[in-house]
Amino acid sequence: MPLILNEEQEMLQDAANGFLAEKAPVAAFRKVRDNKPADGFCRELWSEMAEMGWAGIIVGEEHGGSGFGYVGAGVLAEQMGRNLTASPFFSTSVLGATAIQQYGTEKQKAENLAAISSGETLYALAVDEGPRHNPGRIAFSAIPSGNGFTLSGTKTFVADGHVADKLIIAARTSGEQDDPHGITLFLVDADAPEITREHTPMVDSRNAANLSVDGLEVTGDDILGELDGGFGALEGILSAGRAVLSAEMSGSAQQVFDVTTDYLKEREQFGQKIGSFQGLQHRAAQLATEIEMMKSAVLKSLKDLDQDFANAGMTCSLAKAKTGQVAQLATKEAIQMHGGIGVTDEYDVGLYFKRVHVAQQMFGDAGFHSDRWAKKSGY
Amino acid sequence: MSDLENFRIEVRAWLQENCPEEMRDGDITAENQCWGGRQWEFQSEAQKIWFERALAKGYTVPTWPKEYGGAGLSADQAKILDEERQAINARKPLSNFGISMLGPALLAFGTHEQKAQHLTAIARGEIRWCQGYSEPGAGSDLASLKTKCEDKGDHWLINGQKVWTSNADISDWIFCLVRTDFDAPKHKGITFILIDMASEGISVKPIVLISGHSPFCETFFDNVKVPKSYGENNASVVGEVNRGWDVAKNLLVHERGMLGTMSPLRGTSGPESLGKHAAEKIGLDATGRLDDPALRQSIAQAELDDWAYNLTVERLTDEANAGSGLGAKSSMLKYAASELTKRGTELLMEIEGTTGATIGEDGIEYGSLANNWLYHRAYSILGGTTEVQFNIISKRVLGLPSE
Repeated sequence: MPLILNEEQEMLQDAANGFLAEKAPVAAFRKVRDNKPADGFCRELWSEMAEMGWAGIIVGEEHGGSGFGYVGAGVLAEQMGRNLTASPFFSTSVLGATAIQQYGTEKQKAENLAAISSGETLYALAVDEGPRHNPGRIAFSAIPSGNGFTLSGTKTFVADGHVADKLIIAARTSGEQDDPHGITLFLVDADAPEITREHTPMVDSRNAANLSVDGLEVTGDDILGELDGGFGALEGILSAGRAVLSAEMSGSAQQVFDVTTDYLKEREQFGQKIGSFQGLQHRAAQLATEIEMMKSAVLKSLKDLDQDFANAGMTCSLAKAKTGQVAQLATKEAIQMHGGIGVTDEYDVGLYFKRVHVAQQMFGDAGFHSDRWAKKSGY
Repeated sequence: MSDLENFRIEVRAWLQENCPEEMRDGDITAENQCWGGRQWEFQSEAQKIWFERALAKGYTVPTWPKEYGGAGLSADQAKILDEERQAINARKPLSNFGISMLGPALLAFGTHEQKAQHLTAIARGEIRWCQGYSEPGAGSDLASLKTKCEDKGDHWLINGQKVWTSNADISDWIFCLVRTDFDAPKHKGITFILIDMASEGISVKPIVLISGHSPFCETFFDNVKVPKSYGENNASVVGEVNRGWDVAKNLLVHERGMLGTMSPLRGTSGPESLGKHAAEKIGLDATGRLDDPALRQSIAQAELDDWAYNLTVERLTDEANAGSGLGAKSSMLKYAASELTKRGTELLMEIEGTTGATIGEDGIEYGSLANNWLYHRAYSILGGTTEVQFNIISKRVLGLPSE
């Protein structure tokens, strides 16, 4: 399998590029940021995306999806990263859809996948309980009661948590806090009175919320995947999320680098284009090389998810590590090479710097993933 | 079934039938590879058999036209052949600078007669080539080279010195950049010429490096007469006189392509996994992590970069085959591969501690860790320094302006 996009995927890329440039450029993101609508994104835009088949991009056609797989999702995420598009795509169409498509029962698939594909129902994944990503550390409790469980606990940084209709919550059904065994995923309605959702404004205006659940009664039918064996499913969902977040960061990094090289060709100081200075040229050349490395890593992880989902986890980790590093370098260099204008709010490069920072934190930064790689490799 | 799928099945069967077991021992190294040339002696019967069978099939130079000894494979077919060869861990039957550097330049710039003589001899492993580019005064600024080539009617007369001519002492011919016009702007007075190393007036002196032994030499030209032509339509000059820079640039792209596709972190003799190797040498702490957190992080970073690098070779090759070409992006691969290779040898030295810095009574042993570590300092210098690659990337990939 060649490590390039096929014709269909290239057409999707062109379509996404055209649509977002027209309907959701950075100016649209600025509107959302400045006007602070309660949802944190534009519902009409999301409906249009759903009509184009984006909401169900990884969902099979039998459930109303467009069946493009993870490469398709990555192609869209990359263009969204270029345009800083605000949408529930990541939490609903990647995390929610992966959770249900990969681990749901036939009944759960029938009830949820079509609703994802149509864009009408929004999902969110609640994993972390502290400021640093640690999916093995789950204290959120699910205590057996009657025919089901009682859920209680808190979750932090739940992407789209305050607008979601359904929540996928990682809870502890047995074992100790850091035990991978004993974690169970529950799929619950987000508007239950026992759930308190508090929107947490983020530096990049990304939608996130803290959750607090106090005695929510659920049944065994609400379990997604296996009782006590939810860690494997969680890893699978996170892997998909890591690869698609990498694609988003890759888009942001490429965009900000394009803008920066254009600037190097235009801006004059000391009577010359600043792009003619070797001090800047060499940094740009090094960054350009890193960006090529990043693009390969991202595409590989997406292709691995499509070809062998169950064994793609480590590739997704490596992609997230590499992409996080390169995208941070790209956004930092963009600001520095722009000079004063780079730190103004009016200019876009700072927005990318913020977006990439949060994406890098989400689901594990480069340190988290290289530690994971080293442990897996026996050192 | 598609033609390519059929081809894969054919190739797989051919390899199974024809590649001797002894030649399925991993990728080639400078020591065990089959170089060819007048002085060549096969290291084993299996090496000879493998070479001869590949030659008969055109697989010493699979993508070259059949009339010049190749198999005329398309890029897609060649990729399949390579994948299948690697799948059984088979060595390449023949590899040398004629195949990787001169060949592609001749294919692009040579006449039919030049190709018929030189390409065929390369494909058949008869002639081993070396490269005469750098001079003592022309390193990164290669175009300032001064080896003088005068037109004497029926022949050229060459005087000057080349340096870093790898394996010049055991090569048969040299492809050389010489100055034919001292008055023209520096890029416009250079000619690309093919010279028999047996010519009178050529002398070679090996260079001793910080690593001890090395393949590098100095090559001296003292009134060397080179025929204008080796036959009808078969000039000693490739391309036009004074336009050799075009050929040289084309060839440098291939050289960088080659340098940029070696498996960098492992080098040619490193362990399969640096991290595991370190764990065996140093041990793990109570949490199962390498008992040296800083080194652990450096190794993980290098392995991550190596992974992304190898994927990038794969992706850019696929893109090039799909039609967009590799072009100046080969400079990115050259830079990345050479820096990674250096890091690999540095990390191995760190893992070994003072043991790595211990050498034999007779100096640095060839093939030892210290030898590799020292020798690979040259990787980011030869074939254009990292800084020269950065210049090329900024101008030719990014289009940044000149001063």
